[in-house]
Amino acid sequence: MPDVELITEQGTRGFSRRSFIKGVIAAGAAVSSTSYLFRTNGASARSIAQGSIERLVTLDVNGQQRRVDVLPHETLAMTIRYKLGLTGTKLGCDRAECGACTVLVDGVPRYSCSTLTHSVRGRSITTIEGLEGPNGRLHPVQEAVVHEGGFQCAFCAPGFIMSMVALVQANQNPTRDEAAHALSGNLCRCGDYNKILNSAMRAAEYARRNA
Amino acid sequence: MAEPTIGRDIAPPDLIAKVTGRAKYAEDFRADGMVFAKLLVSPMPHARVRRIDASRAMRMPGVIDILTAEDVPEVSGPGEPVLSNEPLYEGAPILAVIAEDETTAADAVEQIRIDLEPLPFVIDPLQSLRPGGPNARLLGNTFSDGDFRDFKWTADDFDRAPAGTLPMGEPMVEWSVGDLDAGFEQAALVLEETLNHQSMTHHPLEPRSSMAYWRNGRLFLHGSTQSAQRTGDWVAGALDLDPDNVVFISEYCGGGFGSKISSQPVMLISALAARKTNRPVMLRITRYEENAVGRARAGFQASVRIGFRSDGRVTALDLYIVQDAGPHGAGDYNTAASVASLAYTPQAMRFRGVSIYTNTPPRSAQRAPGGAQIISMLEPIIDKGARQLGIDRVAIRRMNAPDATSTFGPNQSTLTSAFVREALDRGAEMFRWEERSRLSAQRNGTRVTGLGIGLSPFVAGSTGFDGLLVIRPDGKLYIHQGIGNLGTHSIADTARAAADVLGVRWEQCEVVWGDTSKHLPRSSVQAGSQTTFAHTRANHAAAQDALQKLREIAARDLGGVPSEYVSADGRVYRSGNPSRGMSFAQAARRAIELGGKYSGAEFADDLHDDTKRAVRGLQGQGLVAAAKDNYPRDGQTYSFVIGFALVELDVETGHVDIKEYTAVTDCGTVLHPRSLAAQLHGGAVQGFGMARSQKWVFDPKWGVPFAKRFYTARPPGILDVPRTMDWAAVEIADPQTPVGAKGIGEPPIGAGAAAITSAIADALGGQCLCRTPLTADVILAALEGREQPNGPLEIHT
Repeated sequence: MPDVELITEQGTRGFSRRSFIKGVIAAGAAVSSTSYLFRTNGASARSIAQGSIERLVTLDVNGQQRRVDVLPHETLAMTIRYKLGLTGTKLGCDRAECGACTVLVDGVPRYSCSTLTHSVRGRSITTIEGLEGPNGRLHPVQEAVVHEGGFQCAFCAPGFIMSMVALVQANQNPTRDEAAHALSGNLCRCGDYNKILNSAMRAAEYARRNA
Repeated sequence: MAEPTIGRDIAPPDLIAKVTGRAKYAEDFRADGMVFAKLLVSPMPHARVRRIDASRAMRMPGVIDILTAEDVPEVSGPGEPVLSNEPLYEGAPILAVIAEDETTAADAVEQIRIDLEPLPFVIDPLQSLRPGGPNARLLGNTFSDGDFRDFKWTADDFDRAPAGTLPMGEPMVEWSVGDLDAGFEQAALVLEETLNHQSMTHHPLEPRSSMAYWRNGRLFLHGSTQSAQRTGDWVAGALDLDPDNVVFISEYCGGGFGSKISSQPVMLISALAARKTNRPVMLRITRYEENAVGRARAGFQASVRIGFRSDGRVTALDLYIVQDAGPHGAGDYNTAASVASLAYTPQAMRFRGVSIYTNTPPRSAQRAPGGAQIISMLEPIIDKGARQLGIDRVAIRRMNAPDATSTFGPNQSTLTSAFVREALDRGAEMFRWEERSRLSAQRNGTRVTGLGIGLSPFVAGSTGFDGLLVIRPDGKLYIHQGIGNLGTHSIADTARAAADVLGVRWEQCEVVWGDTSKHLPRSSVQAGSQTTFAHTRANHAAAQDALQKLREIAARDLGGVPSEYVSADGRVYRSGNPSRGMSFAQAARRAIELGGKYSGAEFADDLHDDTKRAVRGLQGQGLVAAAKDNYPRDGQTYSFVIGFALVELDVETGHVDIKEYTAVTDCGTVLHPRSLAAQLHGGAVQGFGMARSQKWVFDPKWGVPFAKRFYTARPPGILDVPRTMDWAAVEIADPQTPVGAKGIGEPPIGAGAAAITSAIADALGGQCLCRTPLTADVILAALEGREQPNGPLEIHT
């Protein structure tokens, strides 16, 4: 492709300067596809965007009080992944379609990609990293998943496991159908639902044993 | 003697990391000073970039630089560029902005003024084939013999085709075997149908994000791939780097399904941006971008004519496929023809096809590329034949099924093994076919039952790759695996071949994978279901090398001849006298002392250069064993899956409820039963999505897509599949490979999709709609005898 004119602040780095072609200026029509948006701590002072003032808040994450600077529009997924270093929670779609980002807020499964961090101050947040007991002992749900041979690619696994934890807390005797409904907010692209349901039923069994 | 590992359920070594969140995927890595890149992608299906004014963006605080098409390697022919000034589809990356944080990068993208000249575009291959029709690329609509071509059919070709049937002008590829005319003359029944299979995005759950940084001229790249070693090689080649200067890391891959085989141009953006800015760069790919750059299955508009003898034997099959090749090409249609030839072993067959570029997202292999499409289209037609001839649907498949003596495809290839009838019989028994077939098309309230069968062959193995093992002074067997970790557990399951040859307990094995600095052997790309076959062989060969070296070391120190020694339970000892031997730990120390071939200082000359480099890196660390798979093989290796489904179709809503699904496979020896079940069921679930729900929708006027996300092109959720799914394997070893195992990744999807298209046709009383996906509107129109909402050849609607 010849004749692209590139203008930067250092001046035009033309591949051709001979063009004053009357083209369709598609400024604004170009698609930036800004689905995920995230600002790290370091650069915020230099930010020019409106409303981008961070506030220091305290979050209760996995039983710990975590102090963190949070933007007004920041999602819980971004806070826990990029500011608290808890990367076990995954982002598959960032739009509440896949459930990979599921965490528990006061014991209830929530899509952290669609939860504003400011809205969960003072609430108890549990991520996949918060399930293990002392000395790395697996949570009964994790133990059940391991027993059943787990997931395939497992990108959905943290979200599914959090939903399973909520399920067995609410109902230790689910039918397979009830378990499927409890997990229906999570998507597995490997299609490993049969094994996931086996894991959920096993998790309920372990929960009964521990009760 | 340790219990063999093959055939048992053993937790893969990465499972604890996966259930605790400790498993790190590409986007989970951080580096000091890391900045973010954000893409500017094309809003048009085809355009020329004339001017980029980035001056306002560059003045923004926090913006570091931009990366444009001038900064990326050039591509030749129809190849996919990293960034382009001639975007060929809506969503094609044009440039990337690098900034201190992602919000600033995104804001800066909005501040870039870009002057785009719209160019002619096409989203339907048939439009491009018309005389004077638009081409997807400036240089033509197809590529062959090293050149772009402007390939058109004549007006007469189009006029000759009756309305709603496929025009069939000059083909670009053609082959035939047997006497087609004689085949149709012998036929008691000839069926002719127009087929329409959708294009669809892979949509692995993990978008292809990447993070890169450079240290003293060495690239560290975290990406998501199906094939670690080969992707590292590809990165080195694409950036013209010495492979030693590329550390490619992908220990976990959040799904690929063929979309992350090795080359992924978008992954180079973080590497190039990091080099340009001298900062670590993270490029997070959004779901919307994943839909654009994440690859898709090629769609087919096709026509088929099938002749049946009165006993159901297929005498002739004539297939014409127009393939939607996207902007860079696809190869599905050739595979489709071979798979059709293998599934029904027609006495005569002709295949013709054209492959035409369109301004839609790039295509690549998607789980059983070509095979899944053709099987889901043809199985309901085979049913129709059976129905009209009064033959049972299992029986007609049995009659036409391949066995080890069959030949297929353009070259009349032979098979290493095929036990399709065994699988059919087993499936029919498990599914209670005979008893169930009475339910066919029975109505209960608003629901009609449909029964379906999908017989799906796909290629399942390659040969000639290398295995690499080290027995270290800690007494453990380290199995180095260059294949990827995309969820199939192949890194562990193919390593079992080595463990069993040496009689080692699994607990004594360590699998090394996913990081090219860890000395990985030349491996197959993890695609085409090659891995199980290729790497059980390679690891078997390397283990034979290790066994020989262990025996030689033992005989040298303990007397006797090497052949008197055996290896078991982490020791090499004189047969019948376990006390006369040495531990693996001792043997490893001796190997280091002895040097030469024992320590990796010398190695076989037939190893691939990549493997030789890995061996050099491991030299002196223990007993190093490396070997190329030189085991003979005569013929091609295929696996087979047969899916049986029971659906209930609601005649008022058009909704299809999949109540039951059973898959039976011939994939040779079973390595890992639970993982095999996951492949059979998971693949079927993807097939359900293909048959029922996932599709693209494009605006034909502007060439832009609407269905770009999960909720608009919905893959099956947990409520869309049966609550329990069944499976079995015939478990007959392939005689042409030492372990007997064949690949299984791909055939399950065609079986799942075809079982559903077949079951829906059955619920509709044998009416074959011959298109996918079979959404409620399509089904309701058929039930009510209304005109279909889409013409038979209309696509992306």
